[in-house]
Amino acid sequence: MKPRRQRLVLVVMIVVGVGIATGFALRALQENLLYFYSPTQVAEGEPPEGRKFRVGGLVTPGSVNRTEGALDVSFDLTDNNTTVTVAYAGILPDLFREGQGIIAHGRMNDDGVFVAEEVLAKHDENYMPPEVAEALEQVHGKDSGP
Amino acid sequence: MIPELGQFALIIALCLALVQGVMPLAGAQTRNRAWMAIGKPAAAGQFVFVLLSFLVLTWAFIQNDFSVTYVASHSNSALPLMYRISAVWGAHEGSLLLWILVLNIWIISAIIGGRHLPEIFNARVVGVLGLVSVGFLAFILFTSNPFDRLIPAAMDGRDLNPLLQDPALAIHPPMLYFGYVGFAVPFAFAIAVLLEGRQATDWARWAKPWATMSWVFLTLGIALGSWWAYYELGWGGWWFWDPVENASFMPWLMGTALIHSLSVTEKRGLFKSWTLLLAISAFSLSLLGTFLVRSGVLVSVHAFASDPERGLFILIFLCVVVGAALTLYAWRAPRMTSDAGFAAFSRESFLLANNILLVIATFVVLIGTLFPLVMDALGQGKYSVGPQYFAAVFIIPTLPMVLLLGVGMHTAWRRDNWNRVSRHVRIGAALALALGIAISLLAWDGGGVLSAIGVFAAFWVMIASLVDPLAFLRKGQLRRMPLALWGMSIAHFGLGVFILGAVVTETYSVERDEALRVGESTSVGQFEFRFDDLRQVEGPNYTAVEAVISIFDGGEEIAVLLPQKRVYRVQQSPMTESGIDARLGRDLYVALGDPLGGNAWSLRVQYKPLVRLIWLGCIIMSIGGLVAVGDRRYRIARQDATAKIPAGTARETG
Repeated sequence: MKPRRQRLVLVVMIVVGVGIATGFALRALQENLLYFYSPTQVAEGEPPEGRKFRVGGLVTPGSVNRTEGALDVSFDLTDNNTTVTVAYAGILPDLFREGQGIIAHGRMNDDGVFVAEEVLAKHDENYMPPEVAEALEQVHGKDSGP
Repeated sequence: MIPELGQFALIIALCLALVQGVMPLAGAQTRNRAWMAIGKPAAAGQFVFVLLSFLVLTWAFIQNDFSVTYVASHSNSALPLMYRISAVWGAHEGSLLLWILVLNIWIISAIIGGRHLPEIFNARVVGVLGLVSVGFLAFILFTSNPFDRLIPAAMDGRDLNPLLQDPALAIHPPMLYFGYVGFAVPFAFAIAVLLEGRQATDWARWAKPWATMSWVFLTLGIALGSWWAYYELGWGGWWFWDPVENASFMPWLMGTALIHSLSVTEKRGLFKSWTLLLAISAFSLSLLGTFLVRSGVLVSVHAFASDPERGLFILIFLCVVVGAALTLYAWRAPRMTSDAGFAAFSRESFLLANNILLVIATFVVLIGTLFPLVMDALGQGKYSVGPQYFAAVFIIPTLPMVLLLGVGMHTAWRRDNWNRVSRHVRIGAALALALGIAISLLAWDGGGVLSAIGVFAAFWVMIASLVDPLAFLRKGQLRRMPLALWGMSIAHFGLGVFILGAVVTETYSVERDEALRVGESTSVGQFEFRFDDLRQVEGPNYTAVEAVISIFDGGEEIAVLLPQKRVYRVQQSPMTESGIDARLGRDLYVALGDPLGGNAWSLRVQYKPLVRLIWLGCIIMSIGGLVAVGDRRYRIARQDATAKIPAGTARETG
């Protein structure tokens, strides 16, 4: 191939390749995006039905209920305004505890309980997931607002 | 007084870095030999002062000097000595200092390794590296001083994050940094070529060992991180497509493309401007990675800093470096033309495909990593991108790449024909196909089409990598096989091993969360896990609950695992220490969860076939890279440069 043509082929291949990749990537992105909602938003029915999403907040002290001797656990998540009940069957992360900010990933069932497939708590005592921090701040802002 | 010495040393290092950055570049422009010559002693001095500063900080950790804020925040008198030393880079400020030290080690190596290069070219390389160093030294001095005092001094430190108290994590950051920062050297070479603005191909031969060495370190660093996550953090996962992992993976992908593209430029004088662009991109992605990890825009164990000032500084630095480099590129790259051509079926075409596919792979990872940040910055809501996205999209460019690899390895430069090449790959393809089908049907519990394709691809690459060594062996000339060819064969074989491990682990792993009482057992596949005992264990700086789990294979006891749930005393944070019975063929993995009441504990038990191959493959890849660096032609390159062979003479070697 002559250099000029070669360059042309190169450019065309890159453009086509990147184009196809972007197309696929965006499609896959749309299918795998996880949306974050605060308990208040959940209560207001913002999350689309049947879709998986993330909800985050503080674990309400005293709300953690275990079925004795089994993996099932339920707890309330709050943004100090509204709470949502989360049910989970599995091992909770090391730093899961009452009062801690956590994120749960799953979907709502018909009884208004959030069935989590995954519960995330980050590995730092003082850490607050930024989404949770912001959700709390918004509630706080509403309270102190006019 | 001693900590101030460290800070003072950093200030002197910054001054020297400025000299190193400005004088040689100015000298190269004005042909002033004296100015050009200043660069090297300045770099040597800078190295000494950075090292001094690093040692001072290490000393503060060893001595438990809690009057230094950084030490008080990340160490404790009960911390074992080894972790007091690794705690130096356990958080933001110190890891930045390590980064700068590593950069200085690379600079010194580049100066020593490049002493035979043409004077002006070398001066520019030294100058560019000096400027990079200026950026980071300014960053540490103005936003992240590790020597800040705490007045009054703390009685004791707040301890190192328990997650980081682990041998693998002690060496993971240095490895990773050697990889990341190493791409500064090919970057500096590329900028020097662009500044020179002449037709240059010999730079590729000079730059290749540096790019390959960085790639070796990066490969090992990423593998170490993955291994650590597997047994410490991830409950048995080995890759999470976490933004921080991606931050190190993107430079790796780009670096891999760079190494291959450098080959073409080196051997055939082609892809000149493309290779320059890749060299710039690889280092830019390293900087982007630093920005992502250090700015606090990402949320993870790694994101130490949440100080917006720091993020802003790195972002500006990133924009300046990338902006300047790309502007220079846009201005000068059109001069880099090549008149050589190549046929559609040739080594060049395959390497071109490799490059395009790797760039696409980088691109899809970049989209997934940056998308949530961009949406958040635009106020479009909080998103996160699930790992399914990456898993689904990443395979689109990489699967064809892996399939093409097996043919491309045996295709000649310039022009080849399929009939000749097919003789080398036919048997391998048939063998790989047979193994792929056989393993999917017979081994483990049967997998889908996708895993069969994956297993086929793995064997396809491994077998294709054996063709060259076998050919030399048959001729009885194994000793005469060039190291570069050895390196390529070994590295590609490692890739095949890695693919096999990844595909089989992902397809056939069994994971189960169970609630068990002492005396009860559960089984995973053919293995029975019996919960024998639960006891208290005292560590140097933690208290732990330890479970005793006996594993039986067909009634015969094969291992006793002791997973722990630790609580570190200072931070009162719980940590899970998994118990693993590791064999080449499979891992058996037990992690202890929580007490569930009624004497029951939650346990996660896993069977992970061939998971070791994932890291073994990475190690083999790195060995391949190391071997390739030892090739004769890089030594010849030095002699050539000494002989001052005119630039642009593309020579056929190796």
